[in-house]
Amino acid sequence: MKTTPLNQVHRELGARMVDFGGWDMPVQYSGVIDEHLAVRQAAGLFDVSHMGEVEVTGPNALAFIQQLTINDASTLVDGQVQYSAMCYPEGGIVDDVTLYRFNESHFLFCVNASNTDKDFVWMQQVLAESALADVTLNNRSEEFAQIALQGPKAEEILSALTAIPLADLVYYHFCEGEVAGVKMIISRTGYTGEDGFELYLPSSSAVEVWQQLMTIGGPHGLLPIGLGARDTLRLEKGYALYGHELSRQISPLEAGLAWITKLDKDDFVGKTALVAQKAEGVPRRRVGLIMQERGIPREEYSVYVGDREVGVVTSGTMSPTLKIGIALALVDPDVAKADTELEVAIRNRRMQVKVARPPFVK
Amino acid sequence: MEFPEEFKYTEDHEWVMVEEGLAVIGISDFAQDALGDVVFVELPEVGVVLEAGKAFGVVESVKAVSDIYAPIAGTVEEINDELVDAPEIINTSPYEDGWMIKIRMIDASAADNLMDAEAYQALIAEES
Repeated sequence: MKTTPLNQVHRELGARMVDFGGWDMPVQYSGVIDEHLAVRQAAGLFDVSHMGEVEVTGPNALAFIQQLTINDASTLVDGQVQYSAMCYPEGGIVDDVTLYRFNESHFLFCVNASNTDKDFVWMQQVLAESALADVTLNNRSEEFAQIALQGPKAEEILSALTAIPLADLVYYHFCEGEVAGVKMIISRTGYTGEDGFELYLPSSSAVEVWQQLMTIGGPHGLLPIGLGARDTLRLEKGYALYGHELSRQISPLEAGLAWITKLDKDDFVGKTALVAQKAEGVPRRRVGLIMQERGIPREEYSVYVGDREVGVVTSGTMSPTLKIGIALALVDPDVAKADTELEVAIRNRRMQVKVARPPFVK
Repeated sequence: MEFPEEFKYTEDHEWVMVEEGLAVIGISDFAQDALGDVVFVELPEVGVVLEAGKAFGVVESVKAVSDIYAPIAGTVEEINDELVDAPEIINTSPYEDGWMIKIRMIDASAADNLMDAEAYQALIAEES
């Protein structure tokens, strides 16, 4: 199994480790609910070193990225981050990504861990077919560790370890600088819906930076956070996760990513199929579901209106904040309106759910 | 982790304590720890006849759904209603406040065949 530079640290903290797409990762330390609430109320530290990083450089870097991704990368300025995705020609999703612009000939993609190899091959293939010269792709995933510091106390904690004026670093922007004496990329982004940062640093410095953040953050209530709470945190905000809400069989228009699907920009991979899908109307829509009875909707549970099966749950959990069952689901468009009453099949019972527009927790 | 000497245990990590002809059933400290935060419990209705080895209820943690199996056959006499509103009791008190059901055993000696605390601890040492 693959390990991150922080593997030993997790074990020393008593984390429960799991195989996450071939990576030996911590699923929980003190407990999912405890960790979840720490991020909402104070701060949490996540090892996300398994995420992949692919650098794109060269005079045609932007032109290539415009063909590769569905969002409009031409709107980015230096130091800005964009949420985007790559699609297949048929319109299904290769992966969702964050894109970092250093300058017009230097970008960095952050991609999902288990998709890194697939994505890199895909990028090379799209590049080869594009006939664009002077673009270099570099898979730098091994070099980078990634630590996410998330929660209302994140800025206060990080400020103690850096001279960078963090108050000036606005959401979905990044800078390069030193934290705990280590040169790194500091990005004001995250996957929890809270304020916070994602730090891209050399793998060799990961342990040192992690320990310093824990030492400084401890008195502020900072806890290490496993993949269990990472999932409940993103679900409460309605964020999509590849392999659940996003896949080769799901288009970004179905997945609720129309807001990053820029059908009016010049040709990109998947555009023809997505334009056609939009014109015909999408066959399914991603919605949020809130349980109206006690019960927890889980992935692959069927959704019904009477006897008619209208969809399937893609992710579900008990919301630690709301203490009720919440889910994301793909359903027929005619039942996708907010407040529509549906049923979810939980074991042998049908239970009442209501369609809701995420975030479930504001 | 604790494993009371006077209890009996199963391979599926339930415990049984026999008192006054009734078998009290719950899940072990090992089971609650492995599950993590318990957020939902589904128990049978009073009067239901349970077959040994068959699932009689469900516990759900944040991440996972697990069946609970009847260690012995019998009729459900009482269920722990408090768990419905406060399933986390199973984490904080698996052997006392976290009991799940009480059953009237069909064969009063059925629990004798289950593992004692020592055998159960040997089993989980092997599993973990």
